[in-house]
Amino acid sequence: MNEPDPDGMTRRQLLRHTAWFGAAVVLTVAAGEVISHIHTPDAPVPDDPNALRFVQVSDSHIGFTGAANTAVTDSFHRAVDQVNALPYRPDFVIHTGDLTHLSTPAQFDQVRQMMGGIRAGGLFTVPGEHDSVDDAGQKYRAAFGKGSTGDGWYSFDLKGAHFIALVNTLNLEKLGHLGVDQVEFVRKDVAGLSSDTPIVVFSHIPLFAMYPQWGWGTDDAGQVLNLLRRFASVTCLNGHVHQLFTKTEGNVTFHSATTTAYPLPKPGTAPAPAPVTLPAGQLADALGIREVTYRQGPQPLAVKDVRLA
Amino acid sequence: MKTLVAAQRLSLMACAALALTACGTPAQPSGMDMPSTPAAPAAPVATNTVSIKDFAFAPPLVTVKAGTTVTWTNGDTEPHTVTSNGGGPLKSPTMNSGDTFRYTFTTPGHFDYLCTIHPFMTGTVEVTP
Ligand SMILES: [Cu+2]
Ligand SMILES: [Fe+2]
Ligand SMILES: [Fe+2]
Repeated sequence: MNEPDPDGMTRRQLLRHTAWFGAAVVLTVAAGEVISHIHTPDAPVPDDPNALRFVQVSDSHIGFTGAANTAVTDSFHRAVDQVNALPYRPDFVIHTGDLTHLSTPAQFDQVRQMMGGIRAGGLFTVPGEHDSVDDAGQKYRAAFGKGSTGDGWYSFDLKGAHFIALVNTLNLEKLGHLGVDQVEFVRKDVAGLSSDTPIVVFSHIPLFAMYPQWGWGTDDAGQVLNLLRRFASVTCLNGHVHQLFTKTEGNVTFHSATTTAYPLPKPGTAPAPAPVTLPAGQLADALGIREVTYRQGPQPLAVKDVRLA
Repeated sequence: MKTLVAAQRLSLMACAALALTACGTPAQPSGMDMPSTPAAPAAPVATNTVSIKDFAFAPPLVTVKAGTTVTWTNGDTEPHTVTSNGGGPLKSPTMNSGDTFRYTFTTPGHFDYLCTIHPFMTGTVEVTP
């Protein structure tokens, strides 16, 4: 939400760039479902200049020092380099939270500086629970909350799509939580939109019940999803679970992203969602970034998950 | 492109397999709210020490008399916190591995808390007169 570089777009500028639509679907759509997948970084990318293209990075956990990844800063640097090496300049980059590991001032400062190295039309974030460990998100909002309302939520329009960035990592009890103020924000936010506007929702914790026993769900997500029922295409992109997962429910497709820091176990395969230390040499396979493309038309957004180079 | 298709099929299978695990307890349609599954009521334990191990407070429900100091110790390698729900009195700093946190309960009552980093970790201190 802050400008990544002098010519980076602010949200207000993004709002002015809504005149045209994009192109190029990268992915197969099987039975109405876009399949996230890891592919080799040198696979062909669409080069239609009208495409809406953005990149999602997540869960950088700057400050983590455990055995699962003893160099999370290097990993995030590689993710930034990978974004900057794309054959196109993304319209924006969204970091879906857990920017820091423990919300310390030094960690926020470091991740902010690293994010500043991203070359994109804009830079957006949503907070993870690791970004509000001890202050209900105050340091997060000081570093990244410019232009947001409430506890840090906001929306914007770009190339025909409407984007809503939600905060579901505050006032938690077991599961993610949005709260009445935020539901009200969404109600007003989408009220004037035509039902064929593609909607993209960012949140840290999944808005679907991926594994509630580990808190991988949002207790009042249904209230927001009900408000989005009438839209032809809704794409929800989240982090938090440190692994790829895709699921479609009616008009909504959910895509959990992987992390740039360390993997977590698959749901229920471990006693707790504790960082997983992989055998030497396998970590990079579990980390990655996500490219998302959209062009005007009935097809959903194309989501392409790319392994960390 | 060949590898791409293969990778896709692989991850399709992974997704399908994962879907089984993840949704084995059939994931409720997100269209409905997800009430957190009521945990089996833990038996209260009369103790003033709580250990944090494997992302859980043990014992999860303790009873103490007013004036008692309760001590939490983080036995995990990951950091945790001891934080009251809503406006309660517990507000530990981030507890790294081996750290302890103490709080003296002066008034009787029911004190729910959680770890802000892993909010599915919950516990309760029952303070009796
Ligand atoms: Cu914890
Ligand atoms: Fe995370
Ligand atoms: Fe998280």
